[in-house]
Amino acid sequence: MRNIWIVTKRELGAYFGTPLAYVFAVIFVALTGAFAFFIGNFFERGQADLQPFFNYHPWLYLLLVPAIAMRLWAEERKAGTIELLMTLPISTWEAIIGKFLAAWIFIGIALALTFPMWITVNVLGNPDNGVILASYFGSFLMAGAFLAIGSCVSALTKNQVIAFIVAATICFLLVMSGLELVLGFFRGWAPAFIVDAIASMSFLNHFELISRGVITLPSLFFYFSIIAFFLFANVVIVEQRKAA
Amino acid sequence: MAVLVEADRLRKSFGPILAVEDISLRVEKGEVLGFLGPNGAGKSTTMKMLTGFLEPDAGRARICGISVADRPKEAKSKLGYLPEGAPAYGDMTARSFLNFIAEVRGFDGASKHAHVDAALARTGLEGVASQRIETLSKGYKRRVGLAQAILHDPEVLIMDEPTDGLDPNQKHHVRGLITEMAKDKAIIVSTHILEEVEAVCTRAIVIDRGRIVADGTAEALQRRMPYHNAVAVRIAAAEVERVAGALAALAGVAKVERAEVVNGHIRLRALPKPGAAIAADVGALLRDQSIIVEELVVERGKLDDVFREITTSSEGARHA
Ligand SMILES: Nc1ncnc2c1ncn2[C@@H]1O[C@H](COP(=O)(O)OP(=O)(O)O)[C@@H](O)[C@H]1O
Ligand SMILES: [Mg+2]
Repeated sequence: MRNIWIVTKRELGAYFGTPLAYVFAVIFVALTGAFAFFIGNFFERGQADLQPFFNYHPWLYLLLVPAIAMRLWAEERKAGTIELLMTLPISTWEAIIGKFLAAWIFIGIALALTFPMWITVNVLGNPDNGVILASYFGSFLMAGAFLAIGSCVSALTKNQVIAFIVAATICFLLVMSGLELVLGFFRGWAPAFIVDAIASMSFLNHFELISRGVITLPSLFFYFSIIAFFLFANVVIVEQRKAA
Repeated sequence: MAVLVEADRLRKSFGPILAVEDISLRVEKGEVLGFLGPNGAGKSTTMKMLTGFLEPDAGRARICGISVADRPKEAKSKLGYLPEGAPAYGDMTARSFLNFIAEVRGFDGASKHAHVDAALARTGLEGVASQRIETLSKGYKRRVGLAQAILHDPEVLIMDEPTDGLDPNQKHHVRGLITEMAKDKAIIVSTHILEEVEAVCTRAIVIDRGRIVADGTAEALQRRMPYHNAVAVRIAAAEVERVAGALAALAGVAKVERAEVVNGHIRLRALPKPGAAIAADVGALLRDQSIIVEELVVERGKLDDVFREITTSSEGARHA
């Protein structure tokens, strides 16, 4: 535990030591706001909730989270610091969780900086703040799942651009698998249980449920098992490929 | 004496490349072992296995009697390691980087700061402690790597080319540091430079293509060099036959080699028979025969020559 926290602290320090972190936070807040106001018709809907704001989170994360995750391991490998890290008395899983947590906390901070949205709806009307809280929680969980995928992919290569593209593609597929467009394609020929399985793998479906305030065990289980699975794969990949 | 580093038949390949074929060694407390060998010999790969970065395909490594494979954390806590090129987190300052290392090494609060300050002082980094590592010169970066490796005063210190790319002053400083720490640690350094072996190592191992091809003191290695104690003279080209003949006739001389004619002068090199010292005889001979000598050098032998001699590998070998 101590080692995890030491790694997390170092990483967080590195985030805030560079302008990149602030740029990212600003872009994140600006984009979530812009999507909500301009595309989501935040005002015209005449409803006091944050639906239009949260609806775009999966699509934003699709690009922004892999951008955060791409450097996690690719950079260690490129700079050779992985050799330093892996010969310190830290286990691989401690290093992986430590780095993951730092990135997740960082995204959490960016997410928290969108609080003016929440203040705005409370000024304009009487929203269900429980639902909003649940949505924030769901959004944060979803970001964690994207991040675990990105972290795992980033261990596969020294090249951050490749890490970004591969992670974004995998995340894209996992988001798309819930769209009727995609499901319809399978429905024509695949048995129902496969279609259901594909649908249940969708980030979108689980997120929609949570952002309506319905936090169910299957959704929690879904996100946490994605995180656990990809971080586990991350450990295996780092151990296998650290020298390559 | 306590054996602090043990390698037992280490072997490692990368796909089709057999980087380390079979390496066994033991280093005792108080020893400084020099790892010599041409590029690609397998020095770094061996060190990576000793430090637990790479898992060997076969064989095992022990640090202070602790198996690196079975109890990696414990073994790594006994060990300071400077990887090749001294990687460090460039966006951190030297001090914050060392703070991180100190925390990982289990120090907290006052003891953490004491250890960081001591490591900074020992490596002469106080002046640049609050500078970001990526802005430091190569010499200082290397010192950050050294500071990181010695911060917890480890029983075993493994350094991959600690002086590579440093200027002579910096080299001198690093060697001084190694000698200073030698008596209560087991130290392994890899190097290309023979003087370094002479200056700091109590013993040297020559590695070629993943195997140990020589093991002994620096002096013993040097004796194996064909040009050790050879005498080179530069004379007028016109005199070459007479001088070469006279040199070859000397009792201690095994062979005379000649180089190309440059500006009317030629270099001759008299190679001694094993163990013979021929400098005085050559000097006397030249004086007796009144030969005008432009230059006379007693050669110490080059490490590259020893590589070539011992390893039969001609790859990358150079000599003057
Ligand atoms: N990660 C790696 N992948 C593939 N080949 C490697 C890797 N590391 C080292 N090698 C190869 O193994 C051999 C030994 O390399 P190394 O141990 O770095 O030698 P040295 O440190 O003595 O110069 C070389 O042929 C090198 O190309
Ligand atoms: Mg090397």
